[in-house]
Amino acid sequence: MNTQATFEAFLAQWPREMRASMAANSSPAQVLAALNKESLSPQDFMALLSPAAAPYLEQMAQRARALTLRHFGRAVNLFTPIYVSDYCTNHCRYCGFNTNNKQPRRHLTPDEAFIEAQAIAEMGIQHILVLTGEAPKLSSPAYIGEVCQRIKPLFASVGIEVYSLTEDDYRMLRGKGVDSFTMFQETYNAELYGWLHPKGPKHDYAWRLETPTRAARAGLRSVGIGALLGLDEFIQDAFCTGLHGYWLRHSFPQVDVALSVPRMCPHEGAFEVKHAVDDRQFVQYICALRCFLPRASITVSTREKPSMRDHLIPIGVTRVSAGVSTAVGGRKLEADNAGQFDISDHRSLAEMCAAIEGLGYQPVIKDWEACESE
Amino acid sequence: MADDILHLGGAQLHSRLFIGTGKYGADSLIPEVCAAAGAEVITVAMRRVEGESKGIQGHIPAHMRLLPNTSGARTAAEAVRLAKLARAAGCGNWIKIECIADTRYLLPDGYETAKATELLVKEGFVVLPYINPDLYVARDCASAGAAAVMPLGAPIGTNRGLRTKEMLGILIEEIDLPIVVDAGIGAPSQACEAMEMGAAACLVNTAIASSPNAIAMAQAFKLAVQAGRAAYCAGLGAEHYGGAVASSPLTGFLGEERSA
Repeated sequence: MNTQATFEAFLAQWPREMRASMAANSSPAQVLAALNKESLSPQDFMALLSPAAAPYLEQMAQRARALTLRHFGRAVNLFTPIYVSDYCTNHCRYCGFNTNNKQPRRHLTPDEAFIEAQAIAEMGIQHILVLTGEAPKLSSPAYIGEVCQRIKPLFASVGIEVYSLTEDDYRMLRGKGVDSFTMFQETYNAELYGWLHPKGPKHDYAWRLETPTRAARAGLRSVGIGALLGLDEFIQDAFCTGLHGYWLRHSFPQVDVALSVPRMCPHEGAFEVKHAVDDRQFVQYICALRCFLPRASITVSTREKPSMRDHLIPIGVTRVSAGVSTAVGGRKLEADNAGQFDISDHRSLAEMCAAIEGLGYQPVIKDWEACESE
Repeated sequence: MADDILHLGGAQLHSRLFIGTGKYGADSLIPEVCAAAGAEVITVAMRRVEGESKGIQGHIPAHMRLLPNTSGARTAAEAVRLAKLARAAGCGNWIKIECIADTRYLLPDGYETAKATELLVKEGFVVLPYINPDLYVARDCASAGAAAVMPLGAPIGTNRGLRTKEMLGILIEEIDLPIVVDAGIGAPSQACEAMEMGAAACLVNTAIASSPNAIAMAQAFKLAVQAGRAAYCAGLGAEHYGGAVASSPLTGFLGEERSA
C-alpha cells in the first residue's frame, strides 16, 4: 500500500477516469477471485462494486455474511441520534436544514438537551449520537462540548456528527466525553461537491475531506464516514468511501473505522436525485464494503425501510439506530420544527430489539464505555 | 520481470534472494553459491570478520553487497557497537540487527531491536532489523526509519518453513516497507510461498549451507524465489469458483428485477 500523509493524496492515485475504467474493465473472473481472497486490494473492491459483480450478488452476500459472523458474531449494536440544533449557515441543496429553507428552527440549551437526553436514556439507549447543523456562532465547539459533557453521565458512549472542526476542537471534545465521530463526505466528486454546497463553510471540499483524519489524530476512538448515495454515480462514491475507510484503517490502526451507507430516495424533497441507487446496487455495496473492510462496523440508518434494514443484518450491517427522531427537541420538548430528512423506520428501541432477536441476533445496547473525561 | 527491481536502502536489487555465509563445510564454496543463487546481498556475522580480505571476507565476491549482522549482540547497545565496528571495518553502512538474549531458541528481542534500529538510523545506517513477525515491533522499526524488516518464518536454523505464515501475512499487508523473510525457510517451496504472499525477498542460509549439494540448492532457491515473485506479480487465480447457487437465501428478497 502506497500510503500518503493525507487522504486527498492517497485518493489522487485513483483519478475519476481511472476508477471508471477499472469498473468497466472488471471481469467475472476478478469478481470470483476477490470473493475467495482473505485480503482485498482496491482493485478487488472495485471488481465487487462493478457491473461484472451484479450476477454474483448472492455469492457476495454469503461471503459478507461469513465475514460478518467471523468478526462480529450475531451481535447488532444500537444507538440513537439527538438533534440539538438545526440552525445552519450552509446551502446544501439536498438537505432539510438548508439555510434557505424558511422553517421554524430550534437550538437547545445544554439544559434542554439534557431533558431530551434523559428521555432517550429512559428508553434504554446507552450509545447516543449528538447532531447539529453548522452554525458556528450559535452551535460553537464550546457549545457542543458543553452539551456532550452535560449528557455524558446518562450514557455509556457519546458520539458526534456535527460540522467540520479542527484537530484541537476534537481533542477538546474528547476531553468532554466524546469517543466517536461521524462525518459524511456526501460526495467525493469535488466539482459536484462545490455545486451541491454553493455557499457557507461546508463549501470547502478539501477541508471536509480531511476531517476524519483530524478526528483520528485527535484520538477519537471511532471514526465514521460515508457518502450520501444518489448524489454522484454509484460506482464513484462507493469506491471512494471504501478507499477512505481503507486509508484510515491503515493510517490509524488504533481507530475503529465505521461506515455508514445513507441512501437518498429517488424523490427527496425538491431535490432531484440524479443517480438513485436501486436495492440491488445497495446490497452489492454493503457486501463489497464488508469484503473489503471485514472489521469495519456498517451502519444503516432509518432512511431505509424496516424490511430492508432487517434483511441487511444477516448480510453485514452491525449497527442500527432505533427510536429515531430527526427533529430538534422531538422527544420531550414541544417540537414544531421539521426533521433533517424523512425517516422510513419508526420502530422504537423495544421494537427494534425484538426484530433483531427475531432474526436470531442479539441486540447490544452497551458495547463500549469510555473511562476518560475531564 | 526484467524491470522488477527491489529498491532497498538506496540500492536497486535485481535478485530477491539474500544469502548467508555461516554453516558451510568450507568457506571456499561461497563464491559458487553466490553465483548459483544469483544473489546480490550476503550477510556476514561481524563476530566472524577478521579484517579486509582475510577469513570469510576473502571468499565473498567483490560484486556482492555486504549485509553485516550483529549476531552475538544481546542488547541494543551491543548491536550499535557491532554496527559501528562493521562500518569501521569497511563493510559499508548496511546493517542487519540481531539482538538475541535467548541462546536456546535464538528468538530476537523486539524491544532491544527497535531501540537499536532507532539509534542506528540516527547514525546514518541502512537498518534491516531481524524480528519476530510482531506487528507492533515492525511498526516501531518502521517508525524508527528501518529500510526493511526481516521477520522470521520459524526459529533460526530450524528449516521448518513458514510456521509464522499468518503473522507474516499481516506484516506484508500492514507495513509499508519491504518484508524480507529471514530464518526458518528450509525448502525452496517455502521461499516460493513467502514470495507468492508478497514478501519482498527471502534470506536463506541454513537450508543452502546444510544441503549435501549447497551449490545446486542455491540454484533451486534462486528459481523458487523467482517463481514465487512472478506468481505474486501475476496475481494468483481464485482458489475455487463458486458456481451457480440454486437459491438465494440472503438476496432473494430483492427479486430478479432491479427496483429503484
